[in-house]
Amino acid sequence: MFTAMLGEAWHAMGANRLRTFLTMLGMVIGVSAVVLMMAIGQGAEAAVKRSISAMGSNLFVVLSGPPTAGGARSATGNAPSLNVKDANAATELDGVIGVAPVTMGKAQIVFGSNNWNTDIIGTTPSYLEIRGWSLSDGYAFSESDLRSATRVALIGKTIVQNIFGDNIDPIGKTIRIKQSPFVILGVLDSKGQTLDGRDQDDTIIVPLTTAQRKLFGNQLPGSVRQIMVQAESDNTMSMVEEGLNSLLNQRHNIREGAESDFSVRNLTAIANSAAETTRTMSLLLGAIASVSLLVGGIGIMNIMLVSVTERTREIGIRMAIGARQRDILLQFLLEAIVISIVGCLIGIAIGVGGAIMVNTITKAEIIISVNSVAIAFGVAASIGVFFGFYPARKAARLNPIEALRYQ
Amino acid sequence: MQNSVIEVNHLYKDYQTAAGPFPVLKNVNLSIENGDYVAIMGHSGSGKSTFMNILGCLDKPSKGEYILDGHPVADMEQNAVAQVRNKTIGFVFQGFNLLARSSLLDNVALPLVYAGVDKAERHARAKLLLEKVGLAKYLNSRPNQISGGQQQRVAIARALVNKPRLILADEPTGNLDSTTSEEIMALFSELNQEGITIVLVTHEADIAEHASRQVRFLDGRIVQDTRTKQIGMTTTQPMSEAI
Repeated sequence: MFTAMLGEAWHAMGANRLRTFLTMLGMVIGVSAVVLMMAIGQGAEAAVKRSISAMGSNLFVVLSGPPTAGGARSATGNAPSLNVKDANAATELDGVIGVAPVTMGKAQIVFGSNNWNTDIIGTTPSYLEIRGWSLSDGYAFSESDLRSATRVALIGKTIVQNIFGDNIDPIGKTIRIKQSPFVILGVLDSKGQTLDGRDQDDTIIVPLTTAQRKLFGNQLPGSVRQIMVQAESDNTMSMVEEGLNSLLNQRHNIREGAESDFSVRNLTAIANSAAETTRTMSLLLGAIASVSLLVGGIGIMNIMLVSVTERTREIGIRMAIGARQRDILLQFLLEAIVISIVGCLIGIAIGVGGAIMVNTITKAEIIISVNSVAIAFGVAASIGVFFGFYPARKAARLNPIEALRYQ
Repeated sequence: MQNSVIEVNHLYKDYQTAAGPFPVLKNVNLSIENGDYVAIMGHSGSGKSTFMNILGCLDKPSKGEYILDGHPVADMEQNAVAQVRNKTIGFVFQGFNLLARSSLLDNVALPLVYAGVDKAERHARAKLLLEKVGLAKYLNSRPNQISGGQQQRVAIARALVNKPRLILADEPTGNLDSTTSEEIMALFSELNQEGITIVLVTHEADIAEHASRQVRFLDGRIVQDTRTKQIGMTTTQPMSEAI
């Protein structure tokens, strides 16, 4: 009985192909839009999440304040107002689990006949822990390297590719940074891009003391450009922020109400707001796509109503030879559902294809999850039932005599 | 077996119009015995078609009792009425009323879909009946590919497919020429001889002569009821049982 009705629904759809196709088109566009938007949205979300976890969690960065020269203030991070002792003091704060003073600059590096210009980060071994950065090869420098300011370096993947190529193992090789020889101890794991698109693998990490004494000179002994501080958990973030502010104000002898010569920035909050933005964006895209799904559903209802009117006589005949109300209801409902499901399947195919195309053309990350496809399918099937029900009920409630007389 | 298939007592039917209720049937009483062949005659507007619709459970009387096969139709719920239309009654219409998009085989098999018969048996039974009405060659044709007389044969095959006790035919020859009409009427006579009760609405006297009994409607009342032949002329093996 059910299969017979399904066959009839298929038959009825085939009877007016153009109309069936146009009705389906609404569904196809709606579903493919939902699948595509969700793929792009979830891809963007995942990319942001990855950048966040690459950055390290629950992070603050303390920047030194802007230097003032003749009343004109320069950029933050340039004044020599922070030093290693500030960093050591910060480790004593409650809720702090890691502190890494950082100084940095650009330098030209040379290996054999190749050269490259890159970011040099001078820091302590704890920097790698805070950033959650591991080594793909070799080992990290130690506290003793820090004490004796040895010329050792950890290099990023981009640098390996650019000055060593694929065939040379960089571990143990000597490169020249600003003319000084540095032995490469390890290769950093790939971290990809930051949220703003900077390549984090285009980096060399050297011991802080080495950077201070042998690469960037020194304005004040022990000064650093920034201090990275990791809080224990999300909950202790605000406590740590307050602690840092009061500790540094005290150490720098800054009176209450006066301007600090440093600033504490919550990196995690910035990253989270970026994540929130992409999430809102993908929700918005999904919502807009859902509207087209709704419009597709209304299209189905519209055509089904026309179909019921057109086939009034057929309904009368069916009733006269013994169809029950629920047989007629089922017949038209099935037709609406078959149209939506077939439309939905085509839509999923187009949506997935579109997402793959977007991926190949723009290189933007996409994620096609089983969930999003299942949701699109479920919604489409429900739309078929929901918008098919009213016309089907209208058909089932026709008076058989009037239906038979209908011309 | 029940002796009278149809029992109608004090039947009234009014149509609601803007000018108030308009009576179409006024106190109709009729009993049709099992195996009878009745022609209902009358001019248009005499109420014969309305009466036929009530007999076919497509319409409800305003007042009065209709007992079909021993069961008062008024007491039946909707699904039971649908089942009566499916199994007890076979309809034949003036306009054939076949489904244009379906093959002849599917048209004949359609009542069996609603009876819940499986596909193989549906097709076997439909095929057998199409053979019986002489259309074995056209199983997969569409209704618009065959003549009017052939379409009416298909409609009769469809009416018979669920082995009904009663065939209701509303002007079955109204759209056909006289030769074809004779063929159709011969088919009805044959079915009656096999034991199926037939009620036929017509306004043509020569068509009505084929029946055993003629009932004439005028102005919503039965004005004449004549028996011309005895019920149950030699009954061979009933076709519906042969299926």
